[in-house]
Amino acid sequence: MYHGTDYYHINSLLSEEERLVQDSVRQFVEEQYLPFVAEYHQKSIFPKEMSLKLGAMGLLGVTVPEEYGGPGLSYTVYGLAMQELERGDSGLRSFASVQGSLVMYPIYKYGSEEQKKYWLPLLAKGEKIGCFGLTEADHGSDPGGMLTRAEKTAEGWLLNGSKMWITNGTLADVAVVWAKTEKGIRGFLVEKERKGFEARVIKGKFSLRASDTAELSFQDCLIPHENQLPGAIGLRAPLSCLNEARYGIAWGAMGAAMACYDEALQYAQSRIQFDKPIAAFQITQLKLVEMLTEITKGQLLNYQLGRMKDAGEARFYHVSMAKRNNVHQALQIARSARSILAANGITDEYQVIRHLLNLESVYTYEGTHDIHTLIIGQEITGISAFR
Amino acid sequence: MNIAVCVKQVPDTETKVKLTEDKKAVDESEINFILNPYDEFAVEEALQLKEKYDGEVTVISLGPDRISSAIRSALAMGADKAIHLQVDENPQDPNVVANALAAELKNGGYDLILLGKQAIDDDHTQVPSILGEKLGLPSVTVVIKLNIDGDKVVAEREIDGAHEIVECTLPAIISTQRGLNEPRYASLKGIMRAKKIQIEQKPAQLSDDQLNIIGFEYPPQKNPGKIVGDSADAVPELLRLLHEEAKVI
Ligand SMILES: Cc1cc2nc3c(=O)[nH]c(=O)nc-3n(C[C@H](O)[C@H](O)[C@H](O)COP(=O)(O)OP(=O)(O)OC[C@H]3O[C@@H](n4cnc5c(N)ncnc54)[C@H](O)[C@@H]3O)c2cc1C
Repeated sequence: MYHGTDYYHINSLLSEEERLVQDSVRQFVEEQYLPFVAEYHQKSIFPKEMSLKLGAMGLLGVTVPEEYGGPGLSYTVYGLAMQELERGDSGLRSFASVQGSLVMYPIYKYGSEEQKKYWLPLLAKGEKIGCFGLTEADHGSDPGGMLTRAEKTAEGWLLNGSKMWITNGTLADVAVVWAKTEKGIRGFLVEKERKGFEARVIKGKFSLRASDTAELSFQDCLIPHENQLPGAIGLRAPLSCLNEARYGIAWGAMGAAMACYDEALQYAQSRIQFDKPIAAFQITQLKLVEMLTEITKGQLLNYQLGRMKDAGEARFYHVSMAKRNNVHQALQIARSARSILAANGITDEYQVIRHLLNLESVYTYEGTHDIHTLIIGQEITGISAFR
Repeated sequence: MNIAVCVKQVPDTETKVKLTEDKKAVDESEINFILNPYDEFAVEEALQLKEKYDGEVTVISLGPDRISSAIRSALAMGADKAIHLQVDENPQDPNVVANALAAELKNGGYDLILLGKQAIDDDHTQVPSILGEKLGLPSVTVVIKLNIDGDKVVAEREIDGAHEIVECTLPAIISTQRGLNEPRYASLKGIMRAKKIQIEQKPAQLSDDQLNIIGFEYPPQKNPGKIVGDSADAVPELLRLLHEEAKVI
């Protein structure tokens, strides 16, 4: 079985349970997902049955407490699980990130007791699927400029507008939708049956093909007053969700990077050119050494960030640094690995090109690389460079 | 149903075996250890029987301190209790292992004892049968289908080119083969539940070795293969080489 990359014995810093989680999710991905991923990618589908399998493993809403149906585990465990899922595919990890951090987390954090009691156990089991609608076609990095409106009427909230690039959009039974009200941005739960709500698949993707990406539209979509998330006030609320998901992405990116490194190393050792394995050439060795070094650095960032998050010490800018660095490095690693596999590296017989293409999305979503630069820049200089 | 599952921790299937310098043992320093894959079938079968008939599943494992992670894996799948029979080093003689397990099992009041058909490290395939002898119980090995009704057991064994159907009564010993079931993954909840279970530790009762390993040798290096051609034209040459050089036909 695949063992992951652990040059600096980071596993020895993990508890026995954390290692067991890593092994178990690794084996799950190896047997239940990787044999089929090329097909999912080709057909551009997220296999819906994975939802129940992920739920049975406890991989949806890892940190949600047991009273609401989650396993109630630490952020380090959550991170390790996301790392292993993204070793399979960024689409698989995205599904779990959205369900756990962008749907279950806001319901848990900002929802009413009834909302929590109803939705969380179903979402944890994977029996219901959720999505998160913040981005709009004309408002990506600047979601505060959103145009989607929610108007309070006697019968309920009336939603109008549309959301773009929404992961799990057409699969979802419930959408967490962010819209502007008279009093500012608020969050709403919109069930898929609601009149005036529609989700359409975005076609023609070259990246994250094994994931459902959709456009949501709301046309005089009426939802009951109880569907508002009572605790979510202002843009801070959706941003706090993104912060949870980004944390998982920082780990996930290293999973994708490890998959690429592992494949490139094996390939370099067996591919013969000029009567030698290509691993015998200094240029190939340099590529491999740089990949491994960056993976090791990324793992150490993740490990310490996880411990900080578990201790309640991690702030959003700490998370930004890990997301920014690890996704960027994973993308470089995927590209470098692809160059080692050369022509073979462009087909779906191997993993590298799929990871490389996926990571372009990961680089952009949940705050682009540049936006995270500005977040950290603002934190260390005290000066905002956003406008 | 009171079920015991005997499990072993073994090197991962992909381990590249390295010997110690004196070639008297396998160098364990870089080995990744796992729960013996055939034992996973035994644990799964025990859990399914428990789900059907109620009862308790106890995992029993003999080995040095490092085996606790294999015990935890079995607990994380859903076993209820665990007993660790402690030794400094794994005994190399399956008779010693079976004696130590029998000493523990005989007072447990178990209705059923399950084990993997073999451990993938030393491949002795002997412990289930020796245990049967020591405990005076029926022992059915290499089982791919198991049916238990009351105290009546019907087990299907895999034998060369056929399946053999064996009947016996509980208490009995069954060794499990691939195909019996589909072992479950340890879920995150299961792993955390397992964390709270106290593993009972006791020293193993070791009898004298009757088998001593004198040394290990690496298998001889294989010569690299040769491609004779890639069309039908190459067949005569291939036949000649298989006949004259490889001397296999
Ligand atoms: C596959 C996929 C799935 C997604 N899933 C979801 C989802 O589930 N839910 C959801 O709400 N959204 C989702 N998104 C949307 C994603 O979060 C946005 O694409 C992202 O925030 C960037 O927005 P944009 O694409 O509109 O880029 P823009 O904001 O238009 O940015 C364009 C470029 O300008 C740069 N830029 C922008 N502002 C600044 C600035 N102030 N200073 C310097 N540079 C700047 C950016 O870094 C970028 O390089 C997803 C996107 C993808 C690709």
